[in-house]
Amino acid sequence: MTLWLMAGLLFTPLAWAVLTLLTDFRWGRWVTSFGILVQVLVSLGLWLTIARDGGFYYGLGGWDAPLGIELRVDGLAVTFVLLTAVVASACGWHAGVYIDPDKAWHRYFWPLFWFLWSGLNAVWLGGDLFNLYVGLELISLSAVGLVALGGKAAALRASLRYLLAALLGSLAYLLGVALLYGQFGSLSIAGVATLLADNPAPAGSGLALALMVTGLSLKTALFPLHQWLPPAHGIAKSPVSALLSALVVKASFYIAARLWLEFGATIGSFAAAQLVGLLGSAAVVWGSWLAFRQQQLKQVVAYSSVAQIGYLFLLFPLTYSVSEAVSLQAQQGITLQVISHGLAKAAMFLAAGNLILSVGSGRIEALAGVSRFLPFSLFSFGLAGVSLMSLPPTGGFTAKWLLLQASLGSGQWWWVAVLLAGGLLSAAYVFRIYRASFLERPETDRFYHPPRSLEVIPLILALLSLGLGLASEQVLSVMALPFEEAGAP
Amino acid sequence: MMLSVWLPVLALMTSLLAAVVIFALPEQGYRLRTAVNLGAALVKLGLVVVMVWGVFRGVDYGVSFTMAPGVAFVLKADALSMMFAGLSAVLWLLTTVYAVGYLEDSPNRSRFFGFFSLCVASTMGIALAGNLFTFFLFYEMLTLSTYPLVVHRGTEQALKAGRTYLIYTLTGGAVLLLAIAWLQGVAGDLPFREGGHFTENDPALHTSLIGIFVLLVAGLGVKAAVFPLHGWLPQAMVAPAPVSALLHAVAVVKAGAFGIVRVVYNIYGVEASSVLGVLEPLAWLAAFTILYGSVRALWQVDLKRLLAFSTVSQVSYIILGICLFGPVGAAGGLVHLLHQGIMKITLFFCAGNYAETLGIHRLDEMDGAGRRMPATSFAFTVGAFGMIGAPPLAGFITKWTMGTGALDAGMDWVIAVLVLSSLLNAAYFLPILHRLWFRDPPRQWPHERRWGRLETSAWLYWPTLVTAVVTILAGVLASLPFSPLSWAELIVLREYSP
Amino acid sequence: MTASLLYALAGAVLFGMGLYGLLRLPHLLRKLLAFNIMGSGVFLVMVGLPQHRGGADPIPQALVLTGIVVAIAATALAVVLMRRYYHLSGMTTLEEPSPEQRPGGRR
Repeated sequence: MTLWLMAGLLFTPLAWAVLTLLTDFRWGRWVTSFGILVQVLVSLGLWLTIARDGGFYYGLGGWDAPLGIELRVDGLAVTFVLLTAVVASACGWHAGVYIDPDKAWHRYFWPLFWFLWSGLNAVWLGGDLFNLYVGLELISLSAVGLVALGGKAAALRASLRYLLAALLGSLAYLLGVALLYGQFGSLSIAGVATLLADNPAPAGSGLALALMVTGLSLKTALFPLHQWLPPAHGIAKSPVSALLSALVVKASFYIAARLWLEFGATIGSFAAAQLVGLLGSAAVVWGSWLAFRQQQLKQVVAYSSVAQIGYLFLLFPLTYSVSEAVSLQAQQGITLQVISHGLAKAAMFLAAGNLILSVGSGRIEALAGVSRFLPFSLFSFGLAGVSLMSLPPTGGFTAKWLLLQASLGSGQWWWVAVLLAGGLLSAAYVFRIYRASFLERPETDRFYHPPRSLEVIPLILALLSLGLGLASEQVLSVMALPFEEAGAP
Repeated sequence: MMLSVWLPVLALMTSLLAAVVIFALPEQGYRLRTAVNLGAALVKLGLVVVMVWGVFRGVDYGVSFTMAPGVAFVLKADALSMMFAGLSAVLWLLTTVYAVGYLEDSPNRSRFFGFFSLCVASTMGIALAGNLFTFFLFYEMLTLSTYPLVVHRGTEQALKAGRTYLIYTLTGGAVLLLAIAWLQGVAGDLPFREGGHFTENDPALHTSLIGIFVLLVAGLGVKAAVFPLHGWLPQAMVAPAPVSALLHAVAVVKAGAFGIVRVVYNIYGVEASSVLGVLEPLAWLAAFTILYGSVRALWQVDLKRLLAFSTVSQVSYIILGICLFGPVGAAGGLVHLLHQGIMKITLFFCAGNYAETLGIHRLDEMDGAGRRMPATSFAFTVGAFGMIGAPPLAGFITKWTMGTGALDAGMDWVIAVLVLSSLLNAAYFLPILHRLWFRDPPRQWPHERRWGRLETSAWLYWPTLVTAVVTILAGVLASLPFSPLSWAELIVLREYSP
Repeated sequence: MTASLLYALAGAVLFGMGLYGLLRLPHLLRKLLAFNIMGSGVFLVMVGLPQHRGGADPIPQALVLTGIVVAIAATALAVVLMRRYYHLSGMTTLEEPSPEQRPGGRR
């Protein structure tokens, strides 16, 4: 059973990828619809299995670490597998309608989409450092390909820039992995953690951790390494931007967070944790400010990602040498932030795509009067915006609440200012767009109405991000599912 | 048993569902939308009446579930929440009728009524919230749902007012959130409880508690328009008249005042607040706001701006009332929550009638309007005399009760504030009344419209008269059970002897 | 100085050279070559540093094979994108075109 689930999560997406590579866009749409159904069912199956039996380590094909692929299947991984299933399905369906099937190069959308999904699942479940690297590269390469689908020179420039940044980040990570392996002779995260718990940390392991976290921060677009993100996310097709902002940047953050939670207490230092938190705060402020200054709708959303990613890095200071309860609060808050930003940002990019489609321009001023004609997309955009502003009752709010509690509980009150100011700053850029849409202009009376299915998908995502706030306890309970250490190597 | 769980949820859902349905309805569905609007308002009024009766007999209505680790979403109906819920249910019905007439042929009605219902749903949530966390949830929802109403006209001026409104309220919200999170860290998740939680508090906590109190009041004071946080209110007057009526009489400013009452009564407790020494400064601030608002109102030339400054002044009566240490004064303050609502909505309805029927916006255009629109002007006169505090109107009851309470509490200076404020009220309302009744009408009104037999559209006419009559009845029948005053006394009784 | 440390240091030097090239050289192909040099540096560290009972550790050798495959895939993708980019814009660097150049480009 478990074997089938694992194969279903990691290898069937590859099969869909190969299959869609052989077909044109329209056939690929059918294959993908079926594939999405299978993936959702498999993801739910994994959840049920974990809920029944608890988490476990799994050596793929009976091969254990270090040569085999070791998977760590726990509540957190399942949470993200499910998030991926939701967001990727939504983006896949949206793309099937949104993307023009008559351009020849668009047929590559489906294979890249499936490679991406496979890579994401590999990262969520990966238990050893090297396979995480392979998963990351799979994600990066397919994400770069998706950005390049825009076809214009600007899209290619953005994708090349993205590619170089991603490769640099991966190599820094891999160098860290090499150093760590040189010192510990183990690639399994759990194995290294066990060795660290028993022996004093050898010299140089700090350097290894720093290299890995820096590389991953570059891939997550942490300030000041964020410059590649806005062009890439802004210029890609809307469903692609949604995938990139909602899931892809989270993958590298997820690895960084796992590393920090396992090794941070022994190898990390207070100063390093504070530094990362400080960069995250700078990202919140600077990203929001730049988002406020943009003229293009999708650039606003893209810069908002830079700001929202900043919050995630508060995990580092809020879990370093604090009490168990505070650390748990911080982890829960960050997990919720990842989920709610994933849902809200996907909704926002998809809705922004619809808005641009209907007014025929990507500029913000072009939105004047649109509130009369496109209430659904605007409403989805608005709801998602509420989550980004972290106002109740959205998931973003619950996340911020938990982070506030963690900051106050650990005595690191300075993050409170960042959290509150970040909410207000995001209100500034979100309301700038509402404002434009409420403006009445006499000449605005011609709008193209996109198909209903395009409007419904972002609305569903936005409602989910809203409902997340009310059901955060239930969502967080998935993350807290018990883990059976028995299978540990 | 089940009903007691579901009643508050149902009361909340009626307006929430109405909002969803209205958003989904096409712009042209005029009749259906009106039916949904009025139907939902009536259903909610019915539910609230049932709950008022239940709370009077001591039934516990409540539902709660854990929303995030450590905090619960709690809906609960106690005497205080029923006061606010009742006010919002009654005035929602009237304002809906009024708004249907007022926005008869303007664009974007679907959007307007959708957010209007959302706004009332938030007010209901604020009334029924059972802890600060839930309160905050609806408090922010109110901010968001009123923004589209303020900028409804889509003009540059409206958008500018909307921005000011947002800057004030969102910043206030952030301060409030900080305070709530801090309180949670100090004392855990506190449900609203009659008598409060800190009667026997630890002296070591005093500093934090005072700090939290200041932040709470600062956050709530933005919506309650307490000086110096009142700047958004006069600007928000660019909104359509029903919105101003709703913002001022029911939703926004009252939400702030109601929140302060909740904090003082149900979180800190009157005794603890008095021990901490936070009530007296708050009383001074409220007294200053009362006088400041009235003085500013003297110089206004725009009718709605004048009413806005009058609101700034009147809402602080509520805050002053609860700061008077003693049951009588507290009842005076609480009853003003209802009285001010009903009187101010009358005045705003009248302002809307003048604007819609005759095109009157400024005071100097009001000469002789009493002859053209006697019923509206009668309502305006009732509202104005109520504000001044002339017997036997609602405002008199407030001021009398508060005055007695101040004497009981030994805070004689409050009497001076009350008298001075009444004089100031008279100073800005009486000249208007003089213009209405004793000056000759101009040959041509700025922008006149005619509706058959009545002086204005029936949708505008009846709600105005009804609120005027209620203003009179609330004063005359104050000693009957279920009058606002008796209900306020019930709340105070439960607060002072929990 | 042991042999393994020498390998690791050589790898680090290669990594540094590649990093410099990737950041400083404007031409895209040079950037790509620099990336490959960095990659070689990392692989050298990976193979050279770990010791297994006094000899070279076999596991990283296997891993590096995978790493090389990944690097080739990345290089191939980069080359495709660069070629297409050159076709569309006639440029070999990532600089933003100046405004007067933008509308036409070379198609």
